[in-house]
Amino acid sequence: MTSEAVPAGSQSIRETARSRDVSPWRRLLLRPEVGALLGAIIVWVVFAVLAWDRGFVSARGVATYLEVAAQLGILAVAVALLMIAGEFDLSVGSIIGAGSVIAALIPTQLGINFWWGIVTALVFSLLIGFVNGVVVVRTALPSFIVTLASLFIIRGITIGTTRLVTGRTQVGGLQNVPGFESAATIFAYDIPLFGAAFPVSIIWWIVVAAISTWVLLRTQLGNWIFAVGGNPVAARMVGVPVRRVKILLFMNTALAAWLVAMIEITSARSADVLRGEQREFYAIIAAVIGGVLLTGGYGTVIGAVLGALIYGMVRQGVVFAGIDADWVAAVLGAMLLAAVLVNRYVRQRALGARE
Amino acid sequence: MSDSTTAPVMNGHAGSERVLDVPKGTRLLALENASKYFGSVIALEDVSMDLKAGEVHALLGDNGAGKSTLIKILSGVYQPDEGRYLVGDEEVHFNSPRDALARGIATVYQDLAMIPLMGISRNFFLGQEPEKGWGPFKRFDLQTANAITREELHKMGIEIRDPEHAVGTLSGGERQSVAIARAVYFGANVLILDEPTAALGVKEAAVVLKYIAQARARNLGVVFITHNVHHAYPIADRFTILNRGRSYGTFEKNDVSREQVVQMMAGGEDLERLGNELEEFARLDAEKHARLTPVAAETDVSMMQMGRELENEGDRVSG
Ligand SMILES: Nc1ncnc2c1ncn2[C@@H]1O[C@H](COP(=O)(O)OP(=O)(O)OP(=O)(O)O)[C@@H](O)[C@H]1O
Ligand SMILES: [Mg+2]
Repeated sequence: MTSEAVPAGSQSIRETARSRDVSPWRRLLLRPEVGALLGAIIVWVVFAVLAWDRGFVSARGVATYLEVAAQLGILAVAVALLMIAGEFDLSVGSIIGAGSVIAALIPTQLGINFWWGIVTALVFSLLIGFVNGVVVVRTALPSFIVTLASLFIIRGITIGTTRLVTGRTQVGGLQNVPGFESAATIFAYDIPLFGAAFPVSIIWWIVVAAISTWVLLRTQLGNWIFAVGGNPVAARMVGVPVRRVKILLFMNTALAAWLVAMIEITSARSADVLRGEQREFYAIIAAVIGGVLLTGGYGTVIGAVLGALIYGMVRQGVVFAGIDADWVAAVLGAMLLAAVLVNRYVRQRALGARE
Repeated sequence: MSDSTTAPVMNGHAGSERVLDVPKGTRLLALENASKYFGSVIALEDVSMDLKAGEVHALLGDNGAGKSTLIKILSGVYQPDEGRYLVGDEEVHFNSPRDALARGIATVYQDLAMIPLMGISRNFFLGQEPEKGWGPFKRFDLQTANAITREELHKMGIEIRDPEHAVGTLSGGERQSVAIARAVYFGANVLILDEPTAALGVKEAAVVLKYIAQARARNLGVVFITHNVHHAYPIADRFTILNRGRSYGTFEKNDVSREQVVQMMAGGEDLERLGNELEEFARLDAEKHARLTPVAAETDVSMMQMGRELENEGDRVSG
């Protein structure tokens, strides 16, 4: 007793009269990151015109804006994954501050190897991410509020503790601690290329983005991330471990914050309690410019990468163009608004093949 | 009747062509004198029902009658405060929908069936993603997922151009059908459908009803909740009618007329008043009928057609 609605082996797939051909070009336009790609091209053209002969298009210019983009991009990629899963993390900036101070205080105060500080900071960051995640899924409070609280708590404790221990809010002299050389090679090496120095953080950014996009698009976990953000109740019904996915992604943003912190303190050779301030907002802006939906369930890693690239080009572009850097915030804000409008349109088209 | 035949566990790729291998009419599950209270609210009191292999069991009742509460007990969301829940011959205490799913009891909720912004095949395999590769390189085998999804939907007469298109581009009826296909594919023996045809037009509802008939032909048990007698009557084999948390009992289709079902749904004590109202409606209808004959005729035809198609479907699938 078997059913055979069609003869076995029938390969002919009859298309309904209702669906019509969508050109590859149109399909491309429907991708979530297409707005960010256009934005990146426009921004590049604008600054190329404004600062062509002032070095924006030179190898040195490219290296500077890629460095800025990389440090934000590592964060933005992780934040994008979390946002696709429907949550925010406003505490990443404060984790950068706390992580850098922890990693710097341990070797300088205790006179031990730098790597002890680095590993302690890693454990601390993952712990904060874990706590953020657990509190969010247990209380069902908006992660916006929970991580806003973490932001202030962590920042406050970081400043207070650092001042208690050192009497200042900065920790310097990292280049003199044992283990600094190896750490700096891994996190802050400069790759000479085309007569400019390209920091290794760009490689980190590419690696983080490549792994993240692979996980998101090609693994079971990635499918779960979309589902958790798209409709957590429906996801739970079919057996997706919603809470575990969210906690994991909070730990992932904290991990990204740690990586950024290590890159920053090894290149600056010092730590500052205020490091990473406001970075949470720029990371969210980059993700949103890249097409990630604020309500979750939709977005790409590539989009967040492009969002960070735009940020880097704007931030450094104004410097090359000789414009006062005060204008950067206004430009980014305007781009954010434009991106949200474009993305809403794209999403409606994606869902509205039924035009 | 051994437990393993009545309640096999979900076994991954069961395939939609699977036929439940127990004699038709075998009892799959039963509620005995179940009650459920929410504080002072009596959601269900002393309700009994059972479900057999190869039947569609319609659960009818007005708003607040307790239909959703009953199926939430069946699907493991709630536990009954009183009474027993049997799967096969064994009393069970489910703590979550996962437990019910593991016993082959799958529930499809109208609004929770699918995630609109995700692709069709990603939805179809959500939670049961086929994987290939090794260790950290294990990946979601999207090609296989796409091929199976396309194939399974093709079998139910839904043609999709691209399995990676967002589910939001499907119609409500198609979405519901995909959800049902998924439950069957992953080995459900019992399908519980909470208002699958609510908010669907006649044609859309017919698509869903057709698929319910297919599931029945494969000897699955289907619990089908609806407000709409006209959707339930053509397809159901038995009716259990709830009113204010209590059951009027279970009726074979042969023993009750459509009108009697409507009357019981509305509540016995109001029968007389309802009877008068119905007469009044009938009179008004007759007046309207004079004006709207073409439309009415068309609707009748499509309902009759639906009934016929359902029968054919059943014959074809089981034959
Ligand atoms: N979680 C709950 N807490 C309190 N009361 C509840 C709860 N769930 C249901 N009820 C009450 O139990 C009664 C039965 O509700 P139920 O949802 O089962 O009805 P229903 O037959 O599904 O109605 P509808 O056709 O409107 O969906 C209603 O009076 C409802 O208010
Ligand atoms: Mg209900």
